[in-house]
Amino acid sequence: MTTAPSQPPSPTAEAPATGPGAANRRPSFQRRWWLLGLAVAAVIVVLAAAFASPDPDGLERVAAEHGFLGRAEAALFHLIPDYAMPGIGDPLLARVAAGTLGLLVVFAVVAGLGRLLRRRST
Amino acid sequence: MLSLTRTSLAPSAPDPAMHLPDGFLSVPIAALMWAATIVAVGIAVRRSNKSLDERAVPLMGVLAAFIFAAQMFNFQVVGGTSGHLLGGVLAGVLLGPWAGTLVMTAVVAVQALLFQDGGLVVMGANIFNMGVVGTIGGYALYRALTVVLGGERRARLPAAAVAAWTSVVAGAGLTAIELGLSGTTPLAVALPAMLGVHALIGIGEALITTAALGFIAATRADLFDLRESVAGRARMSTSQG
Repeated sequence: MTTAPSQPPSPTAEAPATGPGAANRRPSFQRRWWLLGLAVAAVIVVLAAAFASPDPDGLERVAAEHGFLGRAEAALFHLIPDYAMPGIGDPLLARVAAGTLGLLVVFAVVAGLGRLLRRRST
Repeated sequence: MLSLTRTSLAPSAPDPAMHLPDGFLSVPIAALMWAATIVAVGIAVRRSNKSLDERAVPLMGVLAAFIFAAQMFNFQVVGGTSGHLLGGVLAGVLLGPWAGTLVMTAVVAVQALLFQDGGLVVMGANIFNMGVVGTIGGYALYRALTVVLGGERRARLPAAAVAAWTSVVAGAGLTAIELGLSGTTPLAVALPAMLGVHALIGIGEALITTAALGFIAATRADLFDLRESVAGRARMSTSQG
């Protein structure tokens, strides 16, 4: 939160502290911070599997109260319905497995898309 | 009585997290929302293409994973009803509207394709209501608020809180309008019901969004600088807010 306004701008100081090169000078654990981010997401999946409210969400509640929940059509195909990995008997483990797979797939899709779209220079 | 309704539901009906399933919207309204989503995602791809800062790529992936995980975590609101994070404003604040839109699109698409959470015909509506409303509309509101409140450094958390709450209520209102136009339920019924419940759920959105931004501010404040380099050549004008 400190903004370090002390140093006057030097004519020779060209690279700002947060410039493009800054990330590369960090120790590797800081460059690999995204692994820590994935671990945080995995922890949230475990907490969600254990503690998420089983009550209907806002839309489902409104649909139930106003009589149009039955309009929901069955999906064309089922891969991992209800965030429960098929073949795992324990519901908690099934949700943890499904959620972990899901966060990895989402990460891979978005990171892959990002690599396709990234700037090619430097 | 809720459990009675549940058993009458198709066996594949997503539970507990529920996005719009197929059948809730008429085909014309679903097609209209697909068109709006394709336009928004098309702009997002065009604005991001060859201009995305490669340092932002891991943040995009982690944020998508976080939002996916957090959407599984339904939290209790009043009266036997739950809600979950949407994440559009969080993505917009960290990545800007265009990369943020790509993140939200990927999350909702994976939920529908892999987990059957949200229908395929209505996927455009789900992407728009839960993603684009927050990443583009919510982000524009966030930027306008930071200007009014004296700069982004000072006003980041309160502006994000207001934008997050508003994005949930606006998304719910839009969903109600789509349900009404589809003839699923009268708008006069759907609109107050959806707005009322989501005014409460939006508080959760505001809390989680500010907590996540506060955590980043305390640990990796440099990530806030990425947004400006994400957009690169083409930045979203904030004067339209």
